[in-house]
Amino acid sequence: MEATVDKKYTFRDFESDQEVRWCPGCDDYVILRSMQKALPEMGVNKEDVVFISGIGCSSRFPYYMDTFGMHGIHGRAPAIATGVKLANNDLSVWVITGDGDSMAIGGNHFIHVLRRNVDLNIVLFNNEIYGLTKGQFSPTSLVGQKTKSSPYGNTQPPFSPGELAIGAQARFFARIGGNTPKEMSQIFIECNKFKGTSLVEVLQNCPIFNNGAFDEFTDRKVRADRQLFVEHGKPMIFGKERDKGLVLNGLKLEVVTIGENGITEGDILVHDAEEKDPTLHQMLVRLSYPMVTGIIRRVSDKPFEERENEQREKVKANSKFKKTKDLFFAGDVYEVT
Amino acid sequence: MDLIETKRPSQSLEAVVIRFVGDSGDGMQLTGTQFSDTSAMFGNDIATFPNYPAEIRAPQGSLYGVSGYQVHIGSVEISTPGDEVDLLVAMNPAGLKTNLHSVKPGHTIIVDTDSFTKKNLEKAQYETNPLEDGSLANYRVIEVEMTTLTREALKDIDGLDNKSMTRTKNMFALGMVYWMYNRSPEHTIEFFKNKFKARPEIVEANTKVLNTGFYFAETLELIPNAYTVSPAKMQPGTYRIIMGNRATAWGFLAAAEKSGMELFLGSYPITPASDILHELVKHGHFGVKSLQAEDEIAGISSAIGASFAGDLAITTTSGPGLALKGEALGLAMMIELPLVVVNVQRGGPSTGLPTKTEQSDLLQAMYGRNGESPVIVIAASTPANCFDYAYHAAKLTLEHMTPVLLLTDGYIANGSAPWKIRTVDEMPDIKNHVFKSNGEEWHPYDRDPDTLARRWPIPGTPGMEHRVGGLEKDKVTGNVSYVPENHEYMTKVRAEKIKRVQNFIPEITPEFAEEGDLLVVGWGGTYGSLHSAVKHMYEEGYEGIGYTHFNYLNPLPKNTEEVLKRFKKIVVCELNNGQFAKVLRMHFDGHDLVQFNKIQGLPFGNGELMEKFKQLLK
Repeated sequence: MEATVDKKYTFRDFESDQEVRWCPGCDDYVILRSMQKALPEMGVNKEDVVFISGIGCSSRFPYYMDTFGMHGIHGRAPAIATGVKLANNDLSVWVITGDGDSMAIGGNHFIHVLRRNVDLNIVLFNNEIYGLTKGQFSPTSLVGQKTKSSPYGNTQPPFSPGELAIGAQARFFARIGGNTPKEMSQIFIECNKFKGTSLVEVLQNCPIFNNGAFDEFTDRKVRADRQLFVEHGKPMIFGKERDKGLVLNGLKLEVVTIGENGITEGDILVHDAEEKDPTLHQMLVRLSYPMVTGIIRRVSDKPFEERENEQREKVKANSKFKKTKDLFFAGDVYEVT
Repeated sequence: MDLIETKRPSQSLEAVVIRFVGDSGDGMQLTGTQFSDTSAMFGNDIATFPNYPAEIRAPQGSLYGVSGYQVHIGSVEISTPGDEVDLLVAMNPAGLKTNLHSVKPGHTIIVDTDSFTKKNLEKAQYETNPLEDGSLANYRVIEVEMTTLTREALKDIDGLDNKSMTRTKNMFALGMVYWMYNRSPEHTIEFFKNKFKARPEIVEANTKVLNTGFYFAETLELIPNAYTVSPAKMQPGTYRIIMGNRATAWGFLAAAEKSGMELFLGSYPITPASDILHELVKHGHFGVKSLQAEDEIAGISSAIGASFAGDLAITTTSGPGLALKGEALGLAMMIELPLVVVNVQRGGPSTGLPTKTEQSDLLQAMYGRNGESPVIVIAASTPANCFDYAYHAAKLTLEHMTPVLLLTDGYIANGSAPWKIRTVDEMPDIKNHVFKSNGEEWHPYDRDPDTLARRWPIPGTPGMEHRVGGLEKDKVTGNVSYVPENHEYMTKVRAEKIKRVQNFIPEITPEFAEEGDLLVVGWGGTYGSLHSAVKHMYEEGYEGIGYTHFNYLNPLPKNTEEVLKRFKKIVVCELNNGQFAKVLRMHFDGHDLVQFNKIQGLPFGNGELMEKFKQLLK
């Protein structure tokens, strides 16, 4: 949103007086701080910021932000937030959700908010486990994963949030590791700029029930080699030595090494987040090596509330009804004397 | 509208009940609506009752595919669509078979003989043709080759296929009925002109068939005289015919205008509530924001979000939808935001009888949520007063900062009646609790001393940032609180807040006898049936029978017990298995309280009510 900002803020302005009660070492702290640090950079007034959450560990988030906030009910945050945004288009509205909240109980609202493209920002804390209910498998838990409710291993194949979201016509999808706060803040700022629904999947480590779920890509020691942070218009290169890259081989993405087999930097695919055709974005989302992070898809499209407003204004301009009285007395009325 | 110039003998009647029945594709709803609108504009009081199957186009000729529309017109006050009919128009054998029992012996039945084919008789499970076997000897049957005559009338109009021709035969029937009751077809002709501006051949065809039916009746010797139902004595003013669902929608439009708030509707289509959605989506010119959501839960959740952000928010549904909305309604109650939930009740449980009426969601409305979660429950009682109760639902929710559940039902939602048009200027003021601090210390859960309503600081207001949520909150700050005493305190405050609504709603006043032997008690959409039954008895000379009707169900009006005490016996009449009776028993001990229940998806009939009351008075 483009508000005129009256005040300069620091992250402290967005801290509420409530004691943060997540488990020690949880990535949720990183997300909270990244948000508090991103907000002063967004050019929004504090009173115009609203956080809406569902149920789960992540959903305590609004209590810790000194903005407007509602801790809603399980899975329904996208629907509540849609109402907030439709009531007041000038607000910067954020949905805070988890993998269970958004893709199990709230799956329906999750896909429909993306389809409609309401101008909301959704931060999905994906820890591949149910934390608040103490350790059951979630819709993103891996097959074979042993949890409280799958003692012999999970038999339900997982969703990939990005794949589901893009399938539901998401215009903006980003993914980020829970231990990279700077990049995360930057993505939050981009989410706020984007007109339409933006979705960020944070690979959020749960130190209690699913510790190390993302270590394979997010651990500092392997991160550079296992993660590809994509940027629009730049070649998709990764690796400690910046010598690995992605090329298309037939209908598949392939990892190549620059300098080997005659491959040069010019051969590496350039990331186009703004391509409308989602095929390549889906391929990037599905890749397991490297794990692709950054803004994978950002395709501009008219937000839902704008379509609604335009239609309403047109109806208003052409209508003979200015007040309810005009309507009530129109058509077949008759006098009784 | 003037009477048709006629020199024929005419018999004057106080009231008459007409029912049009046919296949669900025969246009019976349109025919009935046209007759009732025309009669209303002539000055009659009216009440209507559509009765149609859940199937959109049930197999032709089948018994379960019969669609009917009943209209009761009178020169006297009409409060129900009537029980027994004076005139039945049956477009096919199935319609005749399923409705014959409602026709008063000796009265008239018009049939389209063309539809009494072997195939249709079989589908209607007639072994012999009732037109030939003498089974209709007790009625005056007017047999008309309606399909043939309709086609004949249209043979010179270009651009009509056989199907379109046949489809206009309902206008033939309507034309006949217009003649019989001294009504001009003019209003209906105007209707077609407006509706089919771009299709003159349709307008021409319908006009032609309507007039043909009218003149056919005139020349037909089978109808000896016409009937006159003179205009009713009604309060002077400007009127229109309104259906309950539209009245509900308009009540909210009026409340939004009066309160200066924008109206937000979050809704998911469900029978018989969808017409409220259909109506409100038309009114973007008043700034109405409407969202057809992905499900019932998103319907109410989006409304909660809109309310949090400062709109007058509503959601509309029917029984099964209310079940789905339960958790979210609890949230709205917990965070103490204004929200109106409209439940247009239908036959339950589960999917039940979607197109039929019932009052079986009362207990769900009162108690259908987890935890201690009282909400205000009110009910409209006539198609026209859906307007007032929608308006009051909005007023109560904004002034008391707690959700209001407004109950209507399929009977009054689809029924229509004359509505003396109310303007926003005539309606009571609506306050709200939108709050902006002038620098003084404030808390989200500071309360109004009279109503206990909390403040409503809305996003976009500097300095008002705060958090609400479904977790129990501290009684002042609204922060999450697990303090045991605080939870008990908050539970009691939320209950007390509802109780105090008693100070802001009208008391009940029994009609007819103010004390005596029997008090007839009703609530919601049964007003017309109950009122007219008690009135009949009163006019027959029964004394000691009083009637009181409840529109405010939670909390109950303050003087409820005092009124109950004035009568020796109380009969609670409901279209369910005794839900309001349970509520009364729970609140008030020691009354001789009996039940009269009907659970057939149909409204009460006058006869059955009077029989019951007379038996109780013995």
